[in-house]
Amino acid sequence: MGTDSALLPSAFSDLEPYAQAWCLPTENQRFAKRMSSSMDEMESFYNAAFPRLEEAKAYLDELDVHDLPGDAENLMHMMFSLIIVSFPIELWRQPAVPDAGAAEIVCWLEAPL
Amino acid sequence: MARYPKPAEGSWTEHYPELGTGPLSSEDSISPEFYELEREAIFKRAWLNVGRVEELPRKGSFFTKELVAAGTSVIIVRDMKGEIRAFHNICRHRGNKLVWKDFPGEETRGSCRQFVCKYHMWSYDLDGALNTVPQEEEFFDLDKAIMGLLPVHCDVWAGFIFVNVATEPSQTLTEYLGPMVLALSDYPFHEQSDRYAFRATVGSNWKLFMDAFQEFYHAPYLHGGQTPTKFTNMIRQFGFEAPFYKLEGPHRVVSTGGVRGEDQPEDMIKPIERKLRSGLFGPWDHADLSIENEQDIAGVNPSGANPWGLDSYQVWPNFVILIWAGGWYLTYHYWPTSANSHVFESSLYFVPPKNASERLAQELALVSFKEYGLQDANTLEATQKMLETRVMSEYVLNDQEVLCRHLHKEVANAVEEYKKETQGAIV
Repeated sequence: MGTDSALLPSAFSDLEPYAQAWCLPTENQRFAKRMSSSMDEMESFYNAAFPRLEEAKAYLDELDVHDLPGDAENLMHMMFSLIIVSFPIELWRQPAVPDAGAAEIVCWLEAPL
Repeated sequence: MARYPKPAEGSWTEHYPELGTGPLSSEDSISPEFYELEREAIFKRAWLNVGRVEELPRKGSFFTKELVAAGTSVIIVRDMKGEIRAFHNICRHRGNKLVWKDFPGEETRGSCRQFVCKYHMWSYDLDGALNTVPQEEEFFDLDKAIMGLLPVHCDVWAGFIFVNVATEPSQTLTEYLGPMVLALSDYPFHEQSDRYAFRATVGSNWKLFMDAFQEFYHAPYLHGGQTPTKFTNMIRQFGFEAPFYKLEGPHRVVSTGGVRGEDQPEDMIKPIERKLRSGLFGPWDHADLSIENEQDIAGVNPSGANPWGLDSYQVWPNFVILIWAGGWYLTYHYWPTSANSHVFESSLYFVPPKNASERLAQELALVSFKEYGLQDANTLEATQKMLETRVMSEYVLNDQEVLCRHLHKEVANAVEEYKKETQGAIV
């Protein structure tokens, strides 16, 4: 376990600076965060989190995915954020999906973790 | 040079000569009068899918569905005997909407023992029977036995709940679906019980969005930015071809070949996809289904494509079941609200993940789906706006767009049929 104030498992303390912003439990929150972030902010997060994705998977795979402890659940949510941020970083060079200005698709139901 | 053999007639379109090969009128996507005819001829007569049995897990589970085009709101409920029933969402007293929460126009869901009208507290059992009426003695000749909720025809196939608001549907649900769709009956939909649901209000005619998702000709172009440049250039060079199209009655299916993620060279695939072994087509590692090989089911991968990609069943009038080769599926619903607007719904269904890696692969699939869908939804508004100018009155379709041609033809047929019947009735 991390220290009392830590959101993530101690093995991922290097990602702690991003935890407050990116450990978001719903797709709606993650998508909104992406849209309101600058490319610099997302690039910084991606560059820190992407190299830890493999280890995060390995760490989380040791646990029951349907009953994650709080810090592991935060790590999972952060990796979900990494996925949503990968589109601006790996493809678009901007937060929004190109040619999608007027469209909005709302995720209103997610299977529980 | 075609990659896949075409039917003997030379094209999929000519294989169905009733379709013709000429241009189509865009009037059916822009005319408010035509939309009103569609409501009567199609949405008030068809079996409409409103959800799945997993949405009603217990006795007393219910949800409401706004069927604007069919002119009503319905309640779908699992009653105390476990039977699934549908009712018009209206109180028999003074016609108040019976089940809603905060906003009368919004759908709701939950669990209850009886339905109670907010207005004067008339209450109904889950089988629709009128139960209690406050100050009952003040009414005149009130026969509670005939004042139950107004039923809507309701039936279930393969876990999919359908309703039909016609007084007497002309076909049973099984007759309506026909052999082509029924060939999916044994597919293990129920095992894929983790659901992710999306909704969008789209400023286009409902058929324009159906068209976008019943041809893949657009994919290398509209969505060209979704893949690394090298991959996009390759698919643009070859274009899109499907190995299989089939029409049966008002329903239609397209089946496609697929790609195996691990076969792709490094520069053809995004870093996140390689790490998570997933993408738009879903997780690369096949889900654990109880059936050994779902392709043994007659309706699945009907052309025997190898590798197989997906089967997209377009069930009349507005319901799509899309089965992916990786052992997951999604549904689309297009609910018209006017000639130039509709509510688009999509649900993605996965086998519950065994571990975090599987869950992360599913997350990448559903985020990718939304990324593509946003481009589609937005483009349809662009199409709608320009069709409404009537600068162009007709449009052309190629052979990979044969299913679009079929949809518009079937809609026209249904409207013609309706007009004939009603004119006959007036005479």
